[in-house]
Amino acid sequence: MKKKWHKKLDKVIKDNKRILTKSADLLSYGFDGSFGQFKPERVVQPISREEVAEVLKLANKHSIPVYPRGQGTCLSGGPLPVKGGIVLDTCRMTSKLIIDSENLTAVVSPGIITSKIKEAVDKEGYFYPPDPSSAHVSTIGGNIAENSGGPRGLKYGVTGNYVLGLEVVTPEGEIINTGGRTIKNVTGYNLTSLIVGSEGTLGVVTEITLKLIPKPKSRVSLLAVFDDLGDSGRAISGILSSGIMPSAMEIIDKYCINAVENYNPAGYPTDAAAILLIELDGHPKAIEEEIRQIDQMCREIGARDVQSAVEEGEQNKLWEARKLVSPAIAKIKPTKISEDATVPRSKIPEMFERLNEIREKYNIELVVFGHAGDGNLHPNILTDKRDKDEIKRVEMAVSEIFEAAIDLGGTLSGEHGIGTMKAPFMEKELGHIGLDMMKRIKEVWDPNNIMNPEKIFPEKGQSKLVLTE
Amino acid sequence: MNEQSLKDLQQKIGYEYTFDCVQCGYCLPACPTYETMGKETHSPRGRINLVKMAAEDKMDIEELRDPIEKCLGCQACVTACPTNTQYGRILEGAKKVLNDTEKKSVAKKTTEKIVFSKLFPSSSSMDMVGHIMWGYEKTGLQKLARKTKLTNLAPLHLGKFEQVLPSSVSPKERKSRKNYYPAIGKAKFTVAMFTGCIMDSSFFTTNQNMIKLLNYAGANVYIPEEQTCCGALHAHSGEVNQAKELAKLNIEAFEKYNIEYVVNNAGGCGAQLSEYDHLLSEEPEWKAKTHTFVQKSKDISTVLWHLGGLPLLEEKEELVTYQPSCHLTHVQKVTREPKALIETIPGVIFREMKDEQKCCGSAGIYNIVNYDEAMDILDVKMSHMRPTKANTIVTTNPGCLLQMKMGIKREGLEGSVRAMHLVDFLAERLVVNS
Ligand SMILES: Cc1cc2nc3c(=O)[nH]c(=O)nc-3n(C[C@H](O)[C@H](O)[C@H](O)COP(=O)(O)OP(=O)(O)OC[C@H]3O[C@@H](n4cnc5c(N)ncnc54)[C@H](O)[C@@H]3O)c2cc1C
Ligand code: SF4
Ligand code: SF4
Repeated sequence: MKKKWHKKLDKVIKDNKRILTKSADLLSYGFDGSFGQFKPERVVQPISREEVAEVLKLANKHSIPVYPRGQGTCLSGGPLPVKGGIVLDTCRMTSKLIIDSENLTAVVSPGIITSKIKEAVDKEGYFYPPDPSSAHVSTIGGNIAENSGGPRGLKYGVTGNYVLGLEVVTPEGEIINTGGRTIKNVTGYNLTSLIVGSEGTLGVVTEITLKLIPKPKSRVSLLAVFDDLGDSGRAISGILSSGIMPSAMEIIDKYCINAVENYNPAGYPTDAAAILLIELDGHPKAIEEEIRQIDQMCREIGARDVQSAVEEGEQNKLWEARKLVSPAIAKIKPTKISEDATVPRSKIPEMFERLNEIREKYNIELVVFGHAGDGNLHPNILTDKRDKDEIKRVEMAVSEIFEAAIDLGGTLSGEHGIGTMKAPFMEKELGHIGLDMMKRIKEVWDPNNIMNPEKIFPEKGQSKLVLTE
Repeated sequence: MNEQSLKDLQQKIGYEYTFDCVQCGYCLPACPTYETMGKETHSPRGRINLVKMAAEDKMDIEELRDPIEKCLGCQACVTACPTNTQYGRILEGAKKVLNDTEKKSVAKKTTEKIVFSKLFPSSSSMDMVGHIMWGYEKTGLQKLARKTKLTNLAPLHLGKFEQVLPSSVSPKERKSRKNYYPAIGKAKFTVAMFTGCIMDSSFFTTNQNMIKLLNYAGANVYIPEEQTCCGALHAHSGEVNQAKELAKLNIEAFEKYNIEYVVNNAGGCGAQLSEYDHLLSEEPEWKAKTHTFVQKSKDISTVLWHLGGLPLLEEKEELVTYQPSCHLTHVQKVTREPKALIETIPGVIFREMKDEQKCCGSAGIYNIVNYDEAMDILDVKMSHMRPTKANTIVTTNPGCLLQMKMGIKREGLEGSVRAMHLVDFLAERLVVNS
């Protein structure tokens, strides 16, 4: 049955090929990289800010939920159309990718794949550091909405640290600009920072101005192999407290090493308890000295071996393999619950212990990898959706992981966002008032609650994760 | 749907395989139809999800038809997938289910029957395109098509393909081919050639060149007469039973010879031969023979490389790029040898084109039944080919070869760029001692 707003939508987006109505199309926009399948009423694929604005005006008038979506690689349920309505696919908004050398900035459309930006920037001799493992699949718009991070977060920060300005369509269909093209900007409230990480609940980002930095002169990667997980944790603290700032420092436990090696051998040692993958960048002379120090320190703490890769090819091989960890572990069991609880760096060894206890207590396949340098761990639970009994244990384990992180002074999410998956735990971290302040901001921006409803904020009485349908 | 029929459906459609997909999207950049059609519905991840939805009765089977029919079957997604999801099996299952449930018109049924059971298995004919062209005139299909309005069923732009077909070889020339060609000089080993119905009709000269290359590289070559079509097109269209029959005929035809390799020169056929063990997996009595056959089946580039390459090649400067066949790359996993062979040719400057491993849009009979979609994909391919400034595009599959010729024509590059099968390209440079 065609509703009134359906007809109006046809007028807003004149090219009807970009309004999808068939069941197959609708179901294809009903999932992401996490959990759950939904069916929107319409999928629209706008190509301009004006079209986005018109869609939102219409939706706002008729109180239709709108779910922005990039490439659907979200791991927390962000783009899921949980209440039907419209999925607004931003992937066709790719018209702009301008690099402004004089101001060291780039202006890009939201649908552009992050790695394309990185390539273009690299060609000009500059550097855009944020590097989520999904960079060759996810959109920059999605990265903004999730404030995505990656291995380089340690030294260079996350996506949000590189956003100078945004063009945003508000839930009421108005076009606004936040921030600008200057490195410094303190005029009024920092709305740019508010939009970054807002997971599509405050509006649709239609253009982004990014800050670029000069490319570091040289780069070296190290692989340190440990027979004891605790030692690897101590090595992380040791390196960071010695004053060296690696551009990335990743930890991969034995389960993840084996998953990668089974899938696409990169030469990681399969009998190690954990490996640290460290990247140093900067002046070649300084790096030389830092390699020496790290090598010595790791060996003193108990590393079995420390290797360095200088050639770009060798380095790429190490890091490409790291990018495969997340999908490769899914071979262990078909359903993957990916968490990104983050703790202060000094608490990493303790967090490892807590995770180990949880693994044993609930008898589940729990593996850990992550951005050790910044305390952003990715405990992943591999299970099977069809095994109802196990899923119940997994639900309890997930709750306990979050509790552990918060107990240790950490946070629910270091980079994957809250979405639907972590909404139930928000009050635990923020407290009642803290969460209420956020809600009030949402209500002001989006009085009819049409932008990505049921994300970030828990439903009444919702305080635990439910994975079974 | 009741529980039993849902279970049957799940069994047939490859529901179990869909659980390997973690919906990470790593396959999206590899998929040509996602690139050109711009919809998740036409991405690997989307298609897998839809098969799952259909298998869970959350969507009508019929809704699956368009996404599945618009898939090239190039398997680039399989190569890209970090969890090794067997998309090929899911696609195959979906095709089978769709084929079984399709309410075909009498005209379509008759046509398919003629195409699949008369044209393809007949060793005296065929290429899937050249093949259809040939059959189109010779088997009375033309008349039938007119009468049944077959041409209305799908936009068969056959005329366009006819223009790029190589000129045909007279039946007399075909007949004069012998059953055995000994190696020139000392034989390193003995092989048998899989001629392929496609290759042997429209690309007869390529087959003859392949014999020559093998002989010069040091192999004795048998050409078993009893062999037939590989069955790839049947299998890919959901006609699994016919594919099985053809497989058995081929296995029997080759097992009579004492040979190291069964050599083919068409990526698509080679892929099918290499999957006979899967095709016949439910027939235990065929297991051993099939295994031997599959082990021996190799692409010409692998065999030539194993023979140590070609002895003497003429030196001449030429800019060359390579369009690999998807089935060679993503199913047979042969990627190194064809390029290595090209690079051994003196004077050749090799330039890889961007996204070389992406399908050119030919994909069996995809470019005939989905002409517009195939041309969009071809246009992307040509936009990557142009910057290489190559004079020659080398391919490893007849379908790709025709498609590249079509691309050259569409771009108005005739005269400055040519497309050639790797075998013909090597043969052109081969210094033949008299
Ligand atoms: C294998 C794998 C590895 C990953 N690795 C990392 C990692 O290392 N670091 C990391 O941070 N994340 C990682 N992720 C998570 C995910 O890739 C990121 O969150 C990414 O930023 C999502 O981008 P997307 O284009 O897929 O957006 P989607 O998943 O489609 O959407 C994500 C959110 O953004 C919103 N959104 C999308 N576009 C817009 C827009 N234009 N305006 C407003 N809102 C919008 C959506 O509503 C949704 O809430 C990984 C995911 C996978 C599957
Ligand atoms: S098919 Fe493989 S690569 Fe594609 S989404 Fe599924 S798991 Fe990821
Ligand atoms: S087989 Fe090719 S066209 Fe089909 S989904 Fe995979 S990559 Fe895309």
